[in-house]
Amino acid sequence: MSEFLMPSLGADMDAGTLVEWLKRPGDAVKHGDIIAVVETQKGAIEIECFEDGVFERSLIELGVKVPVGTPLAFIRTAGAGAAAAPTPSPSPAAAARPAAPAAAAVPVTAAPIAAPSGEVRASPAARRLAGERGIDLAGIAGTGPGGAIVSADIERAAAARPTAAIAKPARRAGLDLGEMRKAIAAAMARSKREIPHYYLSHTIDFGAALGWLADVNAQREPNTRILAAAVQLKAVALALKAYPEFNGFHDGTAFVPGSGIHLGTAIAIRGGGLAAPAIRDTDRLGLDDLMVALRDLVARTRAGRLRSSELSDATITVSNLGERGVEALYGVIYPPQVALVGFGTPAPQPRVLTAPDGTMQIVARPAFTATLAADHRVSDGHRGALFLMEIERLLQKPEAL
Amino acid sequence: MTKDEIRRTVIEELGNIAPETDAGTIDPEADIREALDIDSMDYLNFITALHKRLGIDVPEVDYPKLLTIAKATDYLARKLGL
Repeated sequence: MSEFLMPSLGADMDAGTLVEWLKRPGDAVKHGDIIAVVETQKGAIEIECFEDGVFERSLIELGVKVPVGTPLAFIRTAGAGAAAAPTPSPSPAAAARPAAPAAAAVPVTAAPIAAPSGEVRASPAARRLAGERGIDLAGIAGTGPGGAIVSADIERAAAARPTAAIAKPARRAGLDLGEMRKAIAAAMARSKREIPHYYLSHTIDFGAALGWLADVNAQREPNTRILAAAVQLKAVALALKAYPEFNGFHDGTAFVPGSGIHLGTAIAIRGGGLAAPAIRDTDRLGLDDLMVALRDLVARTRAGRLRSSELSDATITVSNLGERGVEALYGVIYPPQVALVGFGTPAPQPRVLTAPDGTMQIVARPAFTATLAADHRVSDGHRGALFLMEIERLLQKPEAL
Repeated sequence: MTKDEIRRTVIEELGNIAPETDAGTIDPEADIREALDIDSMDYLNFITALHKRLGIDVPEVDYPKLLTIAKATDYLARKLGL
């Protein structure tokens, strides 16, 4: 018998709300099955099971928010008897992952805070609940300290409304951008507090890759065309094979290499917010498969429907400004990762080319700026520079990607 | 299919790609990438959807010809012989 715990989906998660079981008592489960949906600051996340066995029973009610590490269910694993079910652990905190220091915790039920005059005073939890239930805070009398509106006031107001009058939730299903902002804030503040970043920048000629891509895509229908971003991701993944010190985690005392090359791909969400879910084994995917994975990931990130492993597996992050942006992006490392590769917007740039006979000339070439933000506890600028140059080298032979 | 129907199809597909926005209310002369915060993946999905709906395969070199709702409508109408 084993306990299925509320997973930690990154440095910025301290709790989650169980919203749905996809398995029922008695159902067989196997490694990789999606067995629950948990609402987090990053949206509704599909939680995978990492064991083979039988879903025995749920330990908490739907809709309850619990800390990371709290047992959610019993899974009867192969060979274990049903009678061996232990009693639920009374101390969820003890089961929490030690890798998540308290400093990264985001207050989930923060005390009501004083608002600037003229604004409604309400606790963050109450504001969130009001948003979910479509309730206007202005019409509610608060019963919290100083007359602040607390969650219970929202529940009362929601219960008092005629059913037919309940408005549509004021947010997208599975995605609360306010909560996501808090998660980003916690992770980035921790990063800047704990990680001694160093930064490198290098302009890379994109002519060969874009020319090759134009030829390839001219032969293809839209649904199988490849984006430049996929080519750049693949180059990073292959370069990491030669520079593994940028691929992995820092556990507080030492570097732990990643078990594979799983690129976290920063995906912006319209209206604000972003997530950087992982594409597993990016180095082993062909460009077509990488493109399929990327398209799927972008769609599910924006719909607020990612899987737990996608949020916890990334071994490095790549942030790409794409076609509409500026020259360079200097990233903040997503802890406990140790590096972030940033790509600026490609544009024609003056480049000095040297002919075999030594003569030089200035030509306009498509180019973009690649940057590296890396953890100085793990690597030095010299290796970082070689890593960026390896990405450049790989992009000059796009057909080999 | 009339030009008006093409325009409605364009707006509908943009709405599918950027459901948080209201493609029907933006200026038909506005760059959709700016007005709807469309990135290269969104744009490829838009072109893919038009291919599926209208049977028109827009080559990459023509992408700049569909950057506003008005231009996209004109381009697609021309391709359909309207």
